Amino acid sequence: MTLFEFIDVKYQNILDLPRLFIEKEKLITIVGASGSGKSTILRLLNKMLSPTQGRILFNNIDLSQINSVTHRRHVTMLSQNPAMFEGSIRDNLNVGLKFQDKSLLSDDVLLGILEKVKLKKELDSSTNTLSGGEKQRLTLGRVLLLNAEVYLLDEPSSSLDDDTEESIIQMVTEHVRKETKTLVMVTHSKAIAEKYSDVIIEISGGKCCSYRGCNGDRNN
Amino acid sequence: MVNVVATGGVMVTGIIDLPVFQVALAYFFVLIVLIIVRFLGIKREKEIIISSVRMTLQLILTGYVLVYVFNNPNPMITLGIIILMEAFAVHTVFSKFRGKLSKPLKRVIALSMSIGTLSCLVYFLVIIVRISPWYEPQYFVPIAGMLIGNSMTGISLGVKSLLEGMNTQRALVEEALILGATPQAATKSIINSTFDAAIMPTINSMVGMGIVFLPGMMTGQILSGTAPTTAIAYQLAIMLGILGAVALTIILMLQLGYRTFFNKEEQLR
Repeated sequence: MTLFEFIDVKYQNILDLPRLFIEKEKLITIVGASGSGKSTILRLLNKMLSPTQGRILFNNIDLSQINSVTHRRHVTMLSQNPAMFEGSIRDNLNVGLKFQDKSLLSDDVLLGILEKVKLKKELDSSTNTLSGGEKQRLTLGRVLLLNAEVYLLDEPSSSLDDDTEESIIQMVTEHVRKETKTLVMVTHSKAIAEKYSDVIIEISGGKCCSYRGCNGDRNN
Repeated sequence: MVNVVATGGVMVTGIIDLPVFQVALAYFFVLIVLIIVRFLGIKREKEIIISSVRMTLQLILTGYVLVYVFNNPNPMITLGIIILMEAFAVHTVFSKFRGKLSKPLKRVIALSMSIGTLSCLVYFLVIIVRISPWYEPQYFVPIAGMLIGNSMTGISLGVKSLLEGMNTQRALVEEALILGATPQAATKSIINSTFDAAIMPTINSMVGMGIVFLPGMMTGQILSGTAPTTAIAYQLAIMLGILGAVALTIILMLQLGYRTFFNKEEQLR
């Protein structure tokens, strides 16, 4: 079932996608060289950007007709360089829920997510002392706590060593499959894409040069 | 010559006239400052001279205009002066941030200044002081000047802080939007700190008033022979009026202004 459909979408001179489908409850990875427009696709899906030409449909409704804030609460994103908010690790884990006017989570749940993202830290500790990789895992945890319908992850493991990267991606993909969510992930690693995705979209120069179903899904 | 007048049963000495020669003696201070900056090698002589001459000419001109306006009370003239003051205040804010203000933000500044100051001015004159006729320039013009002047300072500080906040905290605002925040929630901390920055001078001035310094209006009234208690009553009322006008102007500017940084899709411009 189609979740997102791009129809003659252009974004400035960065992206030119006459046709692109994102299937519901699938794990999709977007690969391509740096500057090819991968992150722009995620930002269009999250409505942080709007196409300069063409339309994007979400559940067959034109995205321009959907309230942006409501949409972002269904389709949440982890950007490539997510910002940390002032305060403790607890504050930063809860901040998305606070923004969405949802109830804050108990410490047990927060500690559970820290364990999932392999971050051994106290909830009260400051985020100022965290390394780049630790910050990346914390912000990944923050996004997973939002329990969204669709997760858009932009290079979620770029600051992690190979072993941690593998286990984090495995955890994320398992979480998404178990909860029957949709995942669209930008990654630099073709190996990760091959191993964990249902569909691999390859972008080059702002155009989709390959759309490959890894398990015989769809080929064009 | 010193006049003695009775005001509300209190005997106070009237104002000492200052003939032109005696006023001219006050320029001795300018001379001293010029000698000091010259001696210290601070190249500010030109600015000191220009500002002294400009102030002198402006005040002389204003004096003659006010004499005419007070002697010929007319609602159109009073309203014309208020519009001129508002326009000049808005223009001053725009010039201070030349090239940094978007068109929608300029509209918000003009609207906030006008609504914030005029509503408080009308309340102050009609409900508190109860002037008659309503356009009595002797009250209307100086009180409007105080409310508009203070609001102009407040909104200038507010705009500065808002622009800085939106610039330095852009990444945090964007992150909040990504996580599903409304633009209002995403800019909440910037809005709060901007309000603080803009209102603090007014609050500090209220705190120090009467102990650290005697405010200008009260001093002027006392010098002109008004009983201190009457002067204090006016000063209290005008300070509260200033607080209201400054706060209302800043709140309007912030509540309408933060939206100008976002488009209709709730994306950062």
